Amino acid sequence: MEFGEIVSVLLQGAIVTIQIVAMALPLAVLMAFSFGLIRLYAPAPFKQIAIIYIEFFRGTSALIQLYWIYFVLPFFGITIDAMTAAVVALGLNIGSYGTEVVRGAIQSVPKGQYEASIALNFTSSQRLWRIIMPQALVNMIPPFGNLAIELVKATSLVSLITIGDLTFKAKMLADTTLQVGEIFGVVLLFYFVMAQFLVFFIRRLETHLSKGLGRGGLHS
Amino acid sequence: MSAPIIEFKNVKKCFGETVIFSDFNFKVEENEIVSIIGPSGSGKSTLLRILMTLEGIDGGYINVAGESLWHMPWQGRYVPANSKHLHKMRNHLGMVFQHFNLFPHMTVKRNITEAPMRVKGVSRTEAEKFAEKLLRLVGLADKADSYPNDLSGGQKQRVGIARALAMKPSILLLDEITSALDPELVDEVLDVIRNLVKEESFTMLLVTHEMYFAREISDRVCFFDKGAIVEEGEPEAIFTQPREERTKAFLNAYIGQ
Repeated sequence: MEFGEIVSVLLQGAIVTIQIVAMALPLAVLMAFSFGLIRLYAPAPFKQIAIIYIEFFRGTSALIQLYWIYFVLPFFGITIDAMTAAVVALGLNIGSYGTEVVRGAIQSVPKGQYEASIALNFTSSQRLWRIIMPQALVNMIPPFGNLAIELVKATSLVSLITIGDLTFKAKMLADTTLQVGEIFGVVLLFYFVMAQFLVFFIRRLETHLSKGLGRGGLHS
Repeated sequence: MSAPIIEFKNVKKCFGETVIFSDFNFKVEENEIVSIIGPSGSGKSTLLRILMTLEGIDGGYINVAGESLWHMPWQGRYVPANSKHLHKMRNHLGMVFQHFNLFPHMTVKRNITEAPMRVKGVSRTEAEKFAEKLLRLVGLADKADSYPNDLSGGQKQRVGIARALAMKPSILLLDEITSALDPELVDEVLDVIRNLVKEESFTMLLVTHEMYFAREISDRVCFFDKGAIVEEGEPEAIFTQPREERTKAFLNAYIGQ
């Protein structure tokens, strides 16, 4: 098979992978913030629900979660198409790690910041959103960056529930052409480029958010 | 004499097993400047933190400006205050912290204008005008657009003072405001307070280790030890003729007379 053809088939797969990331990442962020805040501030029963969610999705295999959502739920009358199952499983899985990122970042804002915001009589929601969260966000960016990259790599699992993502196309090509060196070389490069794109974006975001916070390594 | 602006009645405060105040009574008159001195762990800062509603109490009552701080009337009796009541009571109070606690993600100007705008609903123009005035008062008019991390400790604390004043509190609490500063920066902060009390009358409660400053600025000095006022009086009396042995020992150790 021509190298150009291989690349073009893999590119189709890469587009599917990017689609999954583009949908699962917002879901993961949404889960991370909502359950992170519930975990910190909600009344006890809601906290318990958050803890169950976090521990369940962190503590079990992402692949098995994917299988459950796609293959097992239909037995309970819930049928979901493969793409939705992939987005939901990966979003919830990465989101459960993100929850702890949000919680840790909020708790790492110094106590004095809370005290100053009480002394200035901000309401509790103003304290969170105007004083604590802008500082916590900066702390969240690096670990969120790691999770985003984890997500990109974890998308390869979806090839096991019939989705034609990058890994799926690669295996298919490899089985038919046996040109494994070229195929998996290109696949590696594609994943790497996707991750680097995220890294670039995350760095920009970090620079933007850390204005005034005097962080950013040895040069400052 | 009018009613005191701050009154502690039989206040009890514990941290777990540690009793800070067992039965604490204390009054401050309007426009009085009171310095609190004493060894660390004696409850000085806790007193200010309770007033600023950063710490609750385990018994007794506190009145601020004629109203109960930690309790509110409800169906004819007093119940623990809810957040709305605390929000109202905090309008009387302002606090300057030992470690400044400026908001690092906001410029100096926004540090000062944020609370008046968001909490009191003051317009941006008005808040910024007042912030400029306050920055001139603390000698930092040229730093309005800097971020706190670009300032020296003394400058940070002057912003901290301006930020507290921006809310126009009737009672100002100063919690060891020069303790975290290099010695050569202490005076630039204390001068701000000196000028402030010259220009306006304030009720001010300050916890300090600057004995000369306490002596110069206060109407009354209270020596604290183990959660109680051991001795109090006019600064001259406390500093030149302390009656209690514990006061003498503390002052000797401090000033090395």
